[in-house]
Amino acid sequence: MAASSSWAFTPEDSTAIADVLERLLAASNARCALLVDRSGQLVATAGEPMDFDPTAFATLTAADFSANDQLARLVGEREFGTLVHQGEKESMVLADVARRVILVALFDQRTTLGLVRLKLKDSVVDLTRLFDVIFSRSADVGVGRPSILSGAHDEIDELFS
Amino acid sequence: MSMINYASREINCKIVYYGPGLGGKTTNLEHVYAKTKPDTRGKLISLATETERTLFFDFLPVDLGTIRGFKTRFHLYTVPGQVYYNASRKLILKGVDGLVFVADSQVERMEANQESMQNLYDNMSEYGYDITKLPFVLQYNKRDLPNAASVQQLQAALNPGWEVHETARQRLTPDPDHPNETLVEQLSTGEWVERVPYFEGVAVTGDGVFDTLKAVSKLVLKTLA
Ligand SMILES: Nc1nc2c(ncn2[C@@H]2O[C@H](COP(=O)(O)OP(=O)(O)O)[C@@H](O)[C@H]2O)c(=O)[nH]1
Ligand SMILES: [Mg+2]
Repeated sequence: MAASSSWAFTPEDSTAIADVLERLLAASNARCALLVDRSGQLVATAGEPMDFDPTAFATLTAADFSANDQLARLVGEREFGTLVHQGEKESMVLADVARRVILVALFDQRTTLGLVRLKLKDSVVDLTRLFDVIFSRSADVGVGRPSILSGAHDEIDELFS
Repeated sequence: MSMINYASREINCKIVYYGPGLGGKTTNLEHVYAKTKPDTRGKLISLATETERTLFFDFLPVDLGTIRGFKTRFHLYTVPGQVYYNASRKLILKGVDGLVFVADSQVERMEANQESMQNLYDNMSEYGYDITKLPFVLQYNKRDLPNAASVQQLQAALNPGWEVHETARQRLTPDPDHPNETLVEQLSTGEWVERVPYFEGVAVTGDGVFDTLKAVSKLVLKTLA
């Protein structure tokens, strides 16, 4: 495989993803939710505005998950499907989705870890279904080539001239 | 793996700076950070030890402009160079779209450069990524030092070229950045070889830093075009 395969979301995908995240927040009373791909890119956010840099957050989330993957293997587990980080006021739960993306929910004392974790499970099921479609579609278009840049060689040269 | 978001109209790509420890990878990112406008870049994140050596990675997101209404966002990562951090290095390569190998030009570091290059090849192939198909550029850094090896020596050691099998690609291709040099050529043995573009750098002063970044970014976008 060429490493440079790509995947694309349509506005419909984004809406469907946002719906899942909104439902999660409503059901769990978590503060906000983020979706991050395994290579560290932020895919979507929902909920209360975040007072931190979401791009940085996404990168560190992916690194956190990858490091824990390796830890799991060291101790003979296939993976740690969920991670929990508990603070005094703020806590977060991270869950794997189809081994391609990570769903993160941030919550505070307005709810409980148990409830957030429970509702997160439903969201993982919904998101897995969505991403199966998104990825199989990306794979269908040859090497997943998006059409937006096709034939844009001159414009690319221009951008870097 | 580049990610295209039609709703937010963004193209996101991942570029990894690889190379031996202390070669100047972090310095490259620091220069990019210092020279880009705050509204076109994010935070520079360093997961480093207390002695300031990169432990896990450095990370800097930068916007390099807009194409067809899509913002092009590049996520720049460096890997830790120390031999014993291979697990972290491999993790950072996940989903890479473009590679920069920052070599330390000092004669004494030649072996370290070669080891790191070999390690890059090994890690890429463990992921099943074909490095010859990926946007890849070399930076010969620390050209300011008196003990720097010649570019010729560095090219021979680190960029000898790989064989080109596809006949469509077997044509003489000049190196746009170096007059009288080529990227693809036929050797006297009849074999066609391709070398990756290289740039000379002095990352501490910023020389060559943007040339390198622009070259790899352009190659990455061209894979999508
Ligand atoms: N003389 C010289 N020193 C450099 C240059 N680039 C980086 N350095 C120095 O080399 C050391 C290691 O650089 P660093 O960016 O941390 O290397 P990394 O391990 O590859 O991230 C630092 O002390 C830098 O200031 C250069 O072009 N010339
Ligand atoms: Mg470093």
